[in-house]
Amino acid sequence: MGGWLAAGFLTAAAPVQVNENLLIELQQYGITNHDTLVPVDIFNWPSILTVRGSILMVGGGFLVGFGTRYAGGCTSGHSIMGLSNLQLSSLIATCSFMAGGFIMANLIMPYILKL
Amino acid sequence: MPIKETNTDFEVRSLDSICINTSELKHPWWYDFKYLVAGILFGTILTKAEVISWFRIQEMFRLQSFHMFGVIGSAVAVGALSVFIIKKYKIRTIYGEEIELHTRPFNKGQMIGGLLFGFGWALTGACPGPLFAQFGAGTTVIIVTLFSAIAGTWVYGLLRDKLPH
Repeated sequence: MGGWLAAGFLTAAAPVQVNENLLIELQQYGITNHDTLVPVDIFNWPSILTVRGSILMVGGGFLVGFGTRYAGGCTSGHSIMGLSNLQLSSLIATCSFMAGGFIMANLIMPYILKL
Repeated sequence: MPIKETNTDFEVRSLDSICINTSELKHPWWYDFKYLVAGILFGTILTKAEVISWFRIQEMFRLQSFHMFGVIGSAVAVGALSVFIIKKYKIRTIYGEEIELHTRPFNKGQMIGGLLFGFGWALTGACPGPLFAQFGAGTTVIIVTLFSAIAGTWVYGLLRDKLPH
């Protein structure tokens, strides 16, 4: 509801100012529209039936849910609340989140986006 | 050996911070509306801070922007200060209950699950909270990602006894 409220009533129609290098990289994969918060070129209903779309939406979603439960918390629970409470295990979890993100975004995702 | 099985279950369940931090007070149902207000505020802030932007997440993992690190860093700073004040002045909840912050013992799940979560975070450009906000902000197809995430938590519950912790 907050997202709907913010998008519908509180938004000045300016797209997110994204780093130029990222936009150039994403253009190779046919992602040219960056007016919305989520790239509509991949995240749309027909795209669910493509290999690329299903890996990103269904596979990605599954990993978010599974990983969150397995790690015992998410960005809020571990990175923000856990670090605030000076928990070593949360620091380890946060480092793992970041490591996973770096590996995926830089090493694996280029191949997925090419599909 | 039924007793041993019960004990193992208790050990695994103690990993769920959600099970040990629950208020024991009973309230009328409409008291829950405070969570609606907090949730709307949270979703609005996530959206306005561009934290739910898939592009922002890609920038973060490519070290192309300071944006996400700034948001998370300042959230941790505010959080740490709040925790410090809560502990120092023994601040209670609005119903006068004591706030107990539990220590979290390390287990392997935090690394393995953390890595898997990181993969999903980069793919979807969202962690659990932002998924709801992305859907709310108008990308209706994110409902599929959301249900897939819920399926992920369900499958974890199914497999948890077999996974290394």
